[in-house]
Amino acid sequence: MTPDGIIRFDRVGFRYADSDRQVLRDVTLAVPEGALCLVIGPTGSGKSTLLQLVNGLAPHFTGGELAGTVTVDGRDTRTHPPRDLADLVGVVGQDPAAGFVTGRVDDELAYGMEQLGLSDRVMRTRVEEVIDLLGLDAVRRRSLSELSAGEQQRVAIASVLTSHPRILALDEPTSALDPNGAEEVLAAILRLVHDLGITVLMAEQRLERVIQYADSMVLVGADGTVRLGLPTEILEGSPLAPPIVELGRLAGWNPMPRSIRDARRLVGPMRDRLSAHLSNQLDDPASHASAPVALTTKGLQVRYGAVRALAGVDLTLRAGEVTAVMGRNGSGKSSLLWALQGSGVRTGGTVLIYDTTVYDTAAREATQTAEVRHQRQPGVDPRSLNPEEAIHRVALVPQSPSDLLYLESVGAECRAADSAVGAVAGTAQKLLDRLAPGLSASRHPRDLSEGERLALVLAIQLAGQPRVLLLDEPTRGLDYDAKRRLCEVLNELAARGTAVLLSSHDVEFVARIADRVLVLARGELLTDGPAREVLTASPSFAPQVARILHPLPLLTVDAVRAALAAES
Amino acid sequence: MPGLLAQPATIHPMAWWGWAFGIAIATTRSPGVISTGLLVAALGLVVAVCRGDSPYARAFPAYLALAATIVAIRVVFYILVGIKGGTGSVLPLPRIPMPDWAGGIELLGPVSGSGLMSAVSAGLALAALLLCFGAAIALTDPLRTLRSLPASLHLLGTATVIAMMLAPQLVESWQRVRRAQKLRGQRLRKAHSVSATTTPVLQDALERSLKIAASMDSRGYARSRSGGSGAVLTLMIAALVAAALGTYALMDGTTPRWLSISLLAGGATAAFVGSVVASRRIHATTYRPDPWRMREALIAMSGVGVATLAFVSAAVGSPGTAGWSAAFLLCAAIATVPIPVVMAL
Repeated sequence: MTPDGIIRFDRVGFRYADSDRQVLRDVTLAVPEGALCLVIGPTGSGKSTLLQLVNGLAPHFTGGELAGTVTVDGRDTRTHPPRDLADLVGVVGQDPAAGFVTGRVDDELAYGMEQLGLSDRVMRTRVEEVIDLLGLDAVRRRSLSELSAGEQQRVAIASVLTSHPRILALDEPTSALDPNGAEEVLAAILRLVHDLGITVLMAEQRLERVIQYADSMVLVGADGTVRLGLPTEILEGSPLAPPIVELGRLAGWNPMPRSIRDARRLVGPMRDRLSAHLSNQLDDPASHASAPVALTTKGLQVRYGAVRALAGVDLTLRAGEVTAVMGRNGSGKSSLLWALQGSGVRTGGTVLIYDTTVYDTAAREATQTAEVRHQRQPGVDPRSLNPEEAIHRVALVPQSPSDLLYLESVGAECRAADSAVGAVAGTAQKLLDRLAPGLSASRHPRDLSEGERLALVLAIQLAGQPRVLLLDEPTRGLDYDAKRRLCEVLNELAARGTAVLLSSHDVEFVARIADRVLVLARGELLTDGPAREVLTASPSFAPQVARILHPLPLLTVDAVRAALAAES
Repeated sequence: MPGLLAQPATIHPMAWWGWAFGIAIATTRSPGVISTGLLVAALGLVVAVCRGDSPYARAFPAYLALAATIVAIRVVFYILVGIKGGTGSVLPLPRIPMPDWAGGIELLGPVSGSGLMSAVSAGLALAALLLCFGAAIALTDPLRTLRSLPASLHLLGTATVIAMMLAPQLVESWQRVRRAQKLRGQRLRKAHSVSATTTPVLQDALERSLKIAASMDSRGYARSRSGGSGAVLTLMIAALVAAALGTYALMDGTTPRWLSISLLAGGATAAFVGSVVASRRIHATTYRPDPWRMREALIAMSGVGVATLAFVSAAVGSPGTAGWSAAFLLCAAIATVPIPVVMAL
């Protein structure tokens, strides 16, 4: 392939200074101008490095060894540091708020232009243009810290757009956003590609959100090799596949559909086959109504000053049930989890945790109803427990799991966890071996991938055998494989009687794992019902399979596969 | 709650700084509790009327409390260990002589009216300086102030803005980590618990700084700019030395006037030339620079007026009288007047 495009990699290899691993090797590719090019690959595979190579952050900023040449619009990144490419390439990192340099939205938009030395008149014009383009008029005078996650992401994109770059490199721009926020940001990006002819290079983990918009795809392999091709070529046989592609493989569709619309045109025969047999063999989702109660809340309220985060939530969690709580950014999901754990703010209402261990052996023989049993056991307020007692009752994995880690090695973290909960030495390590097989005990927690770090924190938190497990956005930064493993672990825990409550924006993950879904909006519990009903009924939370097979109540490819197998 | 005449971010911050600086100079030159007290009253009045609704504006009461503490400490120290003398005893306390090794200090002793007055006046002078600073902070947004610095100070301004943004984030990160650590359910020993919290917090801070640096680099910060030059550095040092000496000479009052004035003028010239030379090397521009209009000029002039009054009253030789004091108050408070008037223009 003769490289011809605005971004050209010619036999590029890259290795970080302190490691022997070749992050990228022998990469030759050319991205044509005006394309939306998706960069995919397993976690830790060098997607971010590839993006950083485009504007010279690697190796000028990160250090490391670059082989071959990267040219952007004819400029060699070896001789042009990032600042000299600022008028050509705009880069937005994974955490947009971390890249903000000023305090206010319009100052942030102007910052790049100020550095380029543009005149005040040009700056005013461009700020107005970009504000219109990305719909930021309502927030232009606001402080950056007051913005929602979706607004922050749009401001970050806008702030690089004002320099009129011809290339945008975006690293997982929707990973922190709820489905609607993600749609807004993607619509804005699409507009840039279509209307302004900007070339967009976008790394993304959740393919289901972006697959339909991609013109081409770059697959970064774990070994550092890279393939560029049309989305259909790349996805063929790739283990990283969104549900729509998995469904297509199952049905043998060719060409592979990429949008819900395309798939719905093809799905007719399959849907007919399914609907004929579905009615009689759709087993009720495992009913947990008779399982012992693990946790109840009544009128749970959380207020931060004048801000109401939760307004009177009534909730019951039962042993063995996996519940997902969904809702917009800022709808109170984290506040709910922290209040349930007991160490978060709670300004009203009650939370009671019940000891369900006593039923483990007796449960099968017991004939009384759950309600009667529950009266025998007095509940305990988690706030009245000290941390040492609480960890045996209820465990929480927070949104940034690395906050819990402070020791020098994985092994030391596990030993500390054992001694903290008085478990037999090796308990946490054994859990970790199951969650992330082959993770060396001598590695430093900081060097772990997102998935490995989550596994470590889960192992630490589960060492005390809590009966209630709370997880705050556990799938951020996980690839499909890591999510699959997390699913297995949570299912296993639930099968042994743990009540699991997780918050997530990841519709497809929730569809796979949850028995029951709660939807929070402005601190109120809007919906509480079986996952199948809630997810198929919601326009924003419906997973791809449900959208394609509408009105059939199937959520995942596995469910479709099972249904087809039962039918034949 | 913002003041009655609050003008959000429309007044050039340097106008308020000039005004506050003028009053600060006046408080150092005007002796007498009444004059200083009236100047402080003017400061309070202007802040109450003109401040915006930023966290900095809401912090002014804290400066007031600090100022009151300063005066109180000064008075307590006077009563406790001050050298007693003067006329009109108001509090006949016994003298408690200290042993010889204490250098002949006496504890307590009869408190005289004039001694007490001079203690209050000295405390008030220091407190007034602090309040001038607090008022300038309350009336301006420090971030905007930094934006209006000349181009030669651009790098410094950017660094300061980032530091100001990072401080609250560091606090937030500290709280978040402490909360998360509790989840592990272990009660750590004191030393251990500190390292358990600081490790993730510092890691967090380091990662954050690297991210900001990467973001700035990719957005063109320090683009086509070369390092500091020797000429600029020399000029800056000369200017700083001249400014320090000149200010001291000016405040001293016994140094010949011509010396202090020429030192200051020389320092200002050196600073100006250095700034121009340095600015030429920097290509950054400012988005929507704050304009300098009539009302900015009036605000700054009222500060200059107060300072001038202070010098004139000292020269005439009757600085502490009621007439001069009233003039101070009026002049300083004039800063509030131009806003509604000029707003109509």
